[in-house]
Amino acid sequence: MTPYLDYTVGAPIADTKAPAGPIEQRWDQRRFEAKLVNPANRRRHTVIVVGTGLAGASAGATLAEQGYRVVQFCFQDSPRRAHSIAAQGGINAAKNYRNDGDSVRRLFYDTVKGGDFRARESNVHRLAQISVEIIDQCVAQGVPFAREYGGLLDTRSFGGVQVQRTFYARGQTGQQLLLGAYQALSRQIAGGGVEMHPRTEMLDLVVAGGRARGIVARDLVTGEVTTHLADAVVLATGGYGNVFHLSTNAKNSNATAVWRAHRRGAYFGNPCFTQIHPTCIPRSGDHQSKLTLMSESLRNDGRIWVPKAAGDTRPPADIPEAERDYYLERMYPSFGNLVPRDIASRAAKAVCDEGRGVGPGGQGVYLDFADAVARLGRDTVSARYGNLFEMYERITAEDPYRVPMRIYPAVHYTMGGLWVDYDLQTTVPGLFAIGEANFSDHGANRLGASALMQGLADGYFVLPPAVNDYLARHPVQPLEPQDPQVESVRQEVTDRLARLLAVRGDRTPESFHRELGRIMWDECGMARTDAGLRRALARIPALREEFWRRVTVPGSGDSLNQQLEKANRVADHLELAELMCLDALHRTESCGGHFREESRTEQGEALRDDEAFSYAAAWEFTGTGRAPVLHREQLDFEYVHPTQRSYA
Amino acid sequence: MNLTLRIWRQAGPDEPGGFTTYQVGEISPDMSFLEMLDTLNETLVLRGEEPVAFDHDCREGICGACGMVIDGQAHGPQPTTTCQLHMRHFEDGATVDVEPWRAAAFPVVKDLVVDRTALDRVIGAGGYITAPTGSAPEAHATPVPKEAADAAFEHAACIGCGACVAACPNGSAMLFTAAKVVHLNLLPQGAPERSSRVRGMVGAMDAEDFGGCTNTGECATACPKGIPLSAISALNREFLRSTLR
Repeated sequence: MTPYLDYTVGAPIADTKAPAGPIEQRWDQRRFEAKLVNPANRRRHTVIVVGTGLAGASAGATLAEQGYRVVQFCFQDSPRRAHSIAAQGGINAAKNYRNDGDSVRRLFYDTVKGGDFRARESNVHRLAQISVEIIDQCVAQGVPFAREYGGLLDTRSFGGVQVQRTFYARGQTGQQLLLGAYQALSRQIAGGGVEMHPRTEMLDLVVAGGRARGIVARDLVTGEVTTHLADAVVLATGGYGNVFHLSTNAKNSNATAVWRAHRRGAYFGNPCFTQIHPTCIPRSGDHQSKLTLMSESLRNDGRIWVPKAAGDTRPPADIPEAERDYYLERMYPSFGNLVPRDIASRAAKAVCDEGRGVGPGGQGVYLDFADAVARLGRDTVSARYGNLFEMYERITAEDPYRVPMRIYPAVHYTMGGLWVDYDLQTTVPGLFAIGEANFSDHGANRLGASALMQGLADGYFVLPPAVNDYLARHPVQPLEPQDPQVESVRQEVTDRLARLLAVRGDRTPESFHRELGRIMWDECGMARTDAGLRRALARIPALREEFWRRVTVPGSGDSLNQQLEKANRVADHLELAELMCLDALHRTESCGGHFREESRTEQGEALRDDEAFSYAAAWEFTGTGRAPVLHREQLDFEYVHPTQRSYA
Repeated sequence: MNLTLRIWRQAGPDEPGGFTTYQVGEISPDMSFLEMLDTLNETLVLRGEEPVAFDHDCREGICGACGMVIDGQAHGPQPTTTCQLHMRHFEDGATVDVEPWRAAAFPVVKDLVVDRTALDRVIGAGGYITAPTGSAPEAHATPVPKEAADAAFEHAACIGCGACVAACPNGSAMLFTAAKVVHLNLLPQGAPERSSRVRGMVGAMDAEDFGGCTNTGECATACPKGIPLSAISALNREFLRSTLR
């Protein structure tokens, strides 16, 4: 296979469907213009929702509550286990409960700026508006947010922000928000509004008559490959961070659904925009299967430092104050330890590259709570972060109340995803992508506590009227499972599984995943170069070729076969990785989590090139290993004017 | 370090199961128990043998997917999930037994994988607050005393792993059900459905083949999230209250 080092340029994306007019009125305008489906007619429409995380569960529950027939899927044994459950820190909302100057406008401003001016203003403003309603909705559902003694909701601050707008439930906010949505979904399942298929994985998308009409899925227990048809399909399948092998994603999170949709015509937006999270527990050895995040909220009270001298191996307690470098406080005095994630991550990598990293292998920096314990007392620190401290101790066998935590950046969240318009619809009519599966709201970087906000905004509030509008405008044509357009997709899925089982080579799927992850982290991770990306683009197709020649999958396809599941996912990671590298190669600017070594300011900070790259890259698939087509969506900033991001 | 594992292998729900012995070497104390099983599986795959099926996902102690009985204890010798159980808690050269959750309501799917969907049906029978999207009152309209919010959170922390069921000699799901009932009933938002919730959930629990509670307390001991045993007496009070109305 030859690498694709080139691409062709297609027509720019002219219309994102966002209404015109003042930004404060666009969402209201869109909701008013959206056509409605009569309540009595809704039960005649079937909507497939794939995924049950914050976006998928809230969407499934809401659509069913409105009267649609929802058929929903998750590969886990229960919808409650979707990876949103692992989000720790919190969810932003412009409630201004602290009267500290917050507003919808400020949340909008912070998010556009935090996204390094690569997000769409209309979407971000809508997200900020809806944030307020999300908190109301979740409280009504019984989400046990942290409260003040007066009975009102407590908030805290997060990276990149100078107001306290983050609502939280100890260090388990994602869990509590997801359980709220899962409970709403469970109510609809019990009431017959949602037909739930757990342990069932979407393996392809059915497009018929130019519209998304269903999916092909595999029952992971019986191995049966079945077709499910519907009037619209919603992908809420999360991000693709596991392309990197080691990430904070759950082990089974994967890119198959979005990649298959991409192959069927959905453009892929900004694939190279990966968020690197600064506060992960460092890797301990080659056996490691995943990385564990320590919530960013820890940076509210923890102070980050390394020894001033390179090669200082003394235990942290033996290093006097004068010989410590609190580098974030030194470099960014006004934001200090609360600088945004990309800044904190790069700074950590820089001090480790200078040889000042701590812990085994020198790939770590201290996150120190000694001052916080002295100032607040152990009980207060424990009330705020107790479960995180416990988790850290369990993994590392070190007590963070006594010894500073060690942290290092890791792949966390992908801002790229399927390209969607303002209605969250992909370039395949009738196919919607919500939450992390789409590319829309975060730009090149994501501020903390904004992913939960987007997942729930999309599922509870944005998707339902968009689906309404789509179904009202597009009468459904009858379609049979025997239709050749449907049958051929099912056949392709079956053939591919058979092919994977037939290779019987000498390497495990895991070994390929590990090797791919290494290439991606080294060449398409926190810092990227032209030469490195070209190296990756040469190696990935060769690795893909080797995969199909040497992989081994024991057992058969007609029962629970976790190696088959894994191999099938790795095969897609091997294709997506190539597109990520090409996207990174063509974007010769530094932007958010995407740092091109060649593009930096005199101070060494990331340097955007707005002149050349103020667009979202939407890639069209043309064939495996064949040059894709780039469609540019020009980004206009009417309300927040692009400036060099400064957190000094 | 090296371990001898005796792992329960079972091809399907209707197949007979039994222990198979495996030797695993080069175990690092920093590995989690699941990473140790990954290592075993890699060698099995290369030998062309079927690897051991087990449930797992987040591997950070919160999704509740992993669950196996290790040396007779649900999730193993530490009060945590199996993914957060590290090999430093085992002795070099030891023999370790690994089995699936065993309960009538959790049929074995394969090897260490069991079907826990019964727990989802218990939630569907009332483990929610009916709050249609888009019509919620302002969040600050109803203050919730901090004590109530904190206590609700303690119970809401349940991850639905089913260790309580596996640890109970009767295979009872009382702790799981109680955690949700207490979480929601403690909040003013949950009050209107207080009675129907507890009756619905207890009814579903009984219909799902979970055993009765005889207060042995093994559930709370095995719970990786520390859901207190007192939740069960609170559930009993709620249930009694709902029947007296």
